Amino acid sequence: MASKNDPFQFQEFDEAGDLLEANRDATTISIDDEDVKPKKQSTATGFSTEADTEDPLANDDQAELLSGQKKSPSFWSFEYYQRFFDIETHHVKERIIGSMMPWPRKNFINVYLRRNPDLYGPFWICTTLVFATAISGNISNFLAHQGDQDYKYTPEFRKVTIAATIIFSYAWLVPLAVWGFLLWRNNKMGNLVSYAFMEIVCVYGYSLSIYIPAVVLWILPFNWLSWCTIVVALCLSGSVLVLTFWPAVRDDHPRVMIAFLSVIVLLNILLAVGCKTYFFTIPGNKTVKPTNSTT
Amino acid sequence: MAASEEASRPFAGLSDVSISEDIPVEGDISVPVGPSRRDDEFSTLDEPVKDTIMRDLRAVGNKFIHVLYPKRSSALLRDWDLWGPLLLCVTLALLLQGGAADHEDQGGPQFAEVFVIVWFGSIIITLNSKLLGGTISFFQSLCVLGYCIMPLTVAMVVCRIVLVISSGRVVFAVRLAVVTASFGWSTFASTAFLADSQPPNRKALVVYPVFLFYFVIAWMILTYSPQQ
Repeated sequence: MASKNDPFQFQEFDEAGDLLEANRDATTISIDDEDVKPKKQSTATGFSTEADTEDPLANDDQAELLSGQKKSPSFWSFEYYQRFFDIETHHVKERIIGSMMPWPRKNFINVYLRRNPDLYGPFWICTTLVFATAISGNISNFLAHQGDQDYKYTPEFRKVTIAATIIFSYAWLVPLAVWGFLLWRNNKMGNLVSYAFMEIVCVYGYSLSIYIPAVVLWILPFNWLSWCTIVVALCLSGSVLVLTFWPAVRDDHPRVMIAFLSVIVLLNILLAVGCKTYFFTIPGNKTVKPTNSTT
Repeated sequence: MAASEEASRPFAGLSDVSISEDIPVEGDISVPVGPSRRDDEFSTLDEPVKDTIMRDLRAVGNKFIHVLYPKRSSALLRDWDLWGPLLLCVTLALLLQGGAADHEDQGGPQFAEVFVIVWFGSIIITLNSKLLGGTISFFQSLCVLGYCIMPLTVAMVVCRIVLVISSGRVVFAVRLAVVTASFGWSTFASTAFLADSQPPNRKALVVYPVFLFYFVIAWMILTYSPQQ
């Protein structure tokens, strides 16, 4: 807006602008009147560079007004959800890799999402994790009972439903709670950093992606391998979550901050260990763990 | 120029023709409707029922052949129908029954579960591809995904036949090979139809859910274990 600070502003144009407002019968006036309409049209179509340098005061307001007048689609329409699928293959790849490698200064939401949260990643990563957990659990059960004469192989299809319930509630209800909590603290403390609900869902969805290779590795019947992979996966996904939410609660009371971050990490641990014990047989411990007892 | 002007006014030359009142003008303007005209193609009420059924069956069979040899033809897309997918889904669900059913909740998928997985899976994949900006219509996509289950159904039939004979490790290896081959075939056939309708930088995003869908169905087929 300030024409003095604009590096592309020539002094002549500045004076012309001043003259324009002060003196209405300069020769540029007739162009100005006609230019008002084409300038308005040009800002609407987006070619605002030339118009801005000539008359920055009027055009900035118009540009803001015109861009804000876009109608946002209703919650029940198809277009509303199409916004969240506006990504390409390499974006998804970058986000998955970014969720597996936390970096101390890089906030997942700022660096990778960049105001463009998507629903594709969270949904399909959760679905893949559900089926990977159920299938790997089935295979590991089968391998653990290899020499057992009494063991009869069953596909245990019910576990898919249970896995789906657990994983989808973690990926959707916990972000809801986190978002509500951050909203409440925001109102109380007036934080500058606030995250949209979709961005939190995105972070949680992508942070689950490290568990997919971990779950596949749990098939192998080695205890030390399983616990190693659990610890590594927990560290990686937990630190991604903590690093993301750290800026949002940094200015809060220390006790609230520690409680909030430890609840996030605790829920993550609960999910990983719960899935491991429920779906996978610990080698050496030959009980299959269904909810109903076998005959 | 004059000719075009003449052509634009076809009755221009008749503008000065007048009909005197003593010449009676009468006639019959009804068009005789003949027994065998082109109208018969659109009205199928009079044909025997066998013809109607055979036409639909032939269309379904034609599409099965297109899945077997997935060339770049548009028959599956243009004249979509859901008879084939329904037939395949029911066959697959029936064949998956009767296995390891002594523990009711630890056994294989129930009939309804197979149905839900196939139809809900197809609907979700279709919604996914439409949200990513695909140009294929909803029912066309359902049709393609449903018809491409055919190789997996054939694999299921083969597995059941082989399991009747024996059920050892060699048989398992054979089943694994057959199911893997048919899974690859299904995925390849359906992506041959679906991938063209997507912008090139999102093809992998559309193909992956199809891969997951057929993988889950292949898993259900592979883990079918007969009652002993």
